[in-house]
Amino acid sequence: MVQSIDRSQGRHGGVVPSPAVSETSTGNRGLQLEERLIFEYAHADRSGVDLPPPPRVKDRLGGLRRRGAIGLPGLAEPQVVQHYTRLSQKNYAIDSGLYPLGSCTMKHNPRLNERMARLPGFADVHPLQPQSTVQGAIELIATLADWLTTLTGMPAVAMSPAAGAHGEMCGMMAIAAALAAAGEGHRKIVLVPESAHGTNPATAAALGFTVKPIPATTDGHVDVAAFKAALGPDVAAIMLTNPNTCGLFERDIREVADAVRAAGAYFYCDGANYNAIVGRVRPGDLGVDCMHINLHKTFSTPHGGGGPGSGPVVLSERLAPFAPRPWVVRDGDAWRLAEEDGAVADTSLGRLKAFHGQMGMFVRALAYMLSHGADGLRQVAEDAVLNANYVMARLKAELTPAFEGPCMHECLFDDGFLKDTGVTTLDFAKAMIDEGYHPMTMYFPLVVHGAMLIEPTETQGKHALDEFCDAMLHLARKAKSGATADEFRAAPRFAPRRRLDETQAARKPVLRWRPTNRGPGDDGPLRQAAE
Amino acid sequence: MAKVKYTEEHEWISVDNGVGTVGITDYAQEQLGDVVFVEVPEVGRTIARGEAVAVVESVKAASDIYAPVSGEVVEANGTLADAPGNVNLEPMGNGWFFKVRLSNPGELDGLMDEARYEAFVKSLG
Repeated sequence: MVQSIDRSQGRHGGVVPSPAVSETSTGNRGLQLEERLIFEYAHADRSGVDLPPPPRVKDRLGGLRRRGAIGLPGLAEPQVVQHYTRLSQKNYAIDSGLYPLGSCTMKHNPRLNERMARLPGFADVHPLQPQSTVQGAIELIATLADWLTTLTGMPAVAMSPAAGAHGEMCGMMAIAAALAAAGEGHRKIVLVPESAHGTNPATAAALGFTVKPIPATTDGHVDVAAFKAALGPDVAAIMLTNPNTCGLFERDIREVADAVRAAGAYFYCDGANYNAIVGRVRPGDLGVDCMHINLHKTFSTPHGGGGPGSGPVVLSERLAPFAPRPWVVRDGDAWRLAEEDGAVADTSLGRLKAFHGQMGMFVRALAYMLSHGADGLRQVAEDAVLNANYVMARLKAELTPAFEGPCMHECLFDDGFLKDTGVTTLDFAKAMIDEGYHPMTMYFPLVVHGAMLIEPTETQGKHALDEFCDAMLHLARKAKSGATADEFRAAPRFAPRRRLDETQAARKPVLRWRPTNRGPGDDGPLRQAAE
Repeated sequence: MAKVKYTEEHEWISVDNGVGTVGITDYAQEQLGDVVFVEVPEVGRTIARGEAVAVVESVKAASDIYAPVSGEVVEANGTLADAPGNVNLEPMGNGWFFKVRLSNPGELDGLMDEARYEAFVKSLG
């Protein structure tokens, strides 16, 4: 299917390959078809449906009548179907193959979840219909909330946050509200370790806190001594990710929690990596005050363009009164989403979102929990950690792990093994595309030079992991053999697009498609105007 | 000839008549990769040593630039908005970020001279 390629020429070029290597007269490559914008296929007089001419009606629009054409593309049905099918084929997805993005937890979305979410009783309800007609849906929210509080060992949960970062905001707003209620509103500093997720400082800053970074130790953990030294009467909270973005469990988390509490501050734990410890560790036992849970990571709801996120936040006793509305309450035999009445504390920080949260994701997450059971969820964490350590153990033969010892659910390498090869982490990642692998997370976390962060997840079997490791080891050996740096720099060679100019794209982004003006009598396809 | 001093965060400052020009070092731009966006501080702003006062964004990462000394910002390099690549091309020249009137010139003594900075970079491996 792939057209013949003169492989010898690939070694000559720099970043920009010579056109002769890969260009075809049509722009198509094998049966991977080039795709234009839908407007470029359109003719003004074409239509997929036959509509009767509109009846003559009296114009009541006054001077507001549209003067020109609306500019919608005119297309036949097969064109529409082909356009969107081709676009869908350009997307690399978890349904296509291994997606080892560290810190993102791209794991399989079980189809059972999808089936449950499509049950009419869940899929066809409207948030404005009377609550007496959606008792089952509200009970589902309560059941999921019960699972989440039980798994985390926390007394309360706010269900409405729409994604992980939204959950962080919810938790930090609850902390701000609790501090204000206690007359401690002057506490404005939030401590954020360098090994935390990048959204943590952003959340704190967005809420008006001042972020103070805490350095990492050379073995990838939070520096507890530096953290304790930074604690003081002006500190509102610490935001700690555990396991952290180096894929390591913060062993000193209890000590951190105790110090935070003794200093009158709150402990926000970023639960984005909860999938590594679910069923094994209860964050409530670690002394955290709040933690968001990415249902789209730990509990397998769609993620990354596949669907909306969902980030419920579990809260400690001292933060629970500040949870956002609505609260799910039980009145006798009936379930209710309480808003303003006495069932919700006056201290509630208010609404964070219209209605009650991501219902479709709640259904999927609960389906995942019920189908796995408590023991199955525990095995999810164990297998995720086992898989990451298997990949680490195999790749250690050629790649350089960033830290000594075992990892949690993701394994981290630095670019030490590429030293003096002329190949960078970026080149290596692009070469992976040629081998049929979506690259891992690269250059993150920032505390590791040329970082490569691999999260295989528990949903890959040993065979798939072995094939991935074989390809990675092959590339590493090839890079180290020397004389192939140009080949790496020319990668990807077999993708629909070669190396993109990320610098130019960031410096001079073209954010809008501008068609050429259509001349009189010209109904041919539109073309993009020169910028 | 103004003397150039360096910080451990890879900023340089060159002081002339009580006004310091601040930028990032060649090592820093090399580590960042292609710079795509720079945010410089507003003229007139009072800054404290160690305060995050500017932002540099590359294809790899976004980083804060810390004030090497305290003082008042008297000029900012507006050309970087359209030509952030100057940070890569001439980090010690046209790629400067801002100028600051020093309120405490003694702070310069805490910074590294060129030889010490070079040794520092070498120690980073």
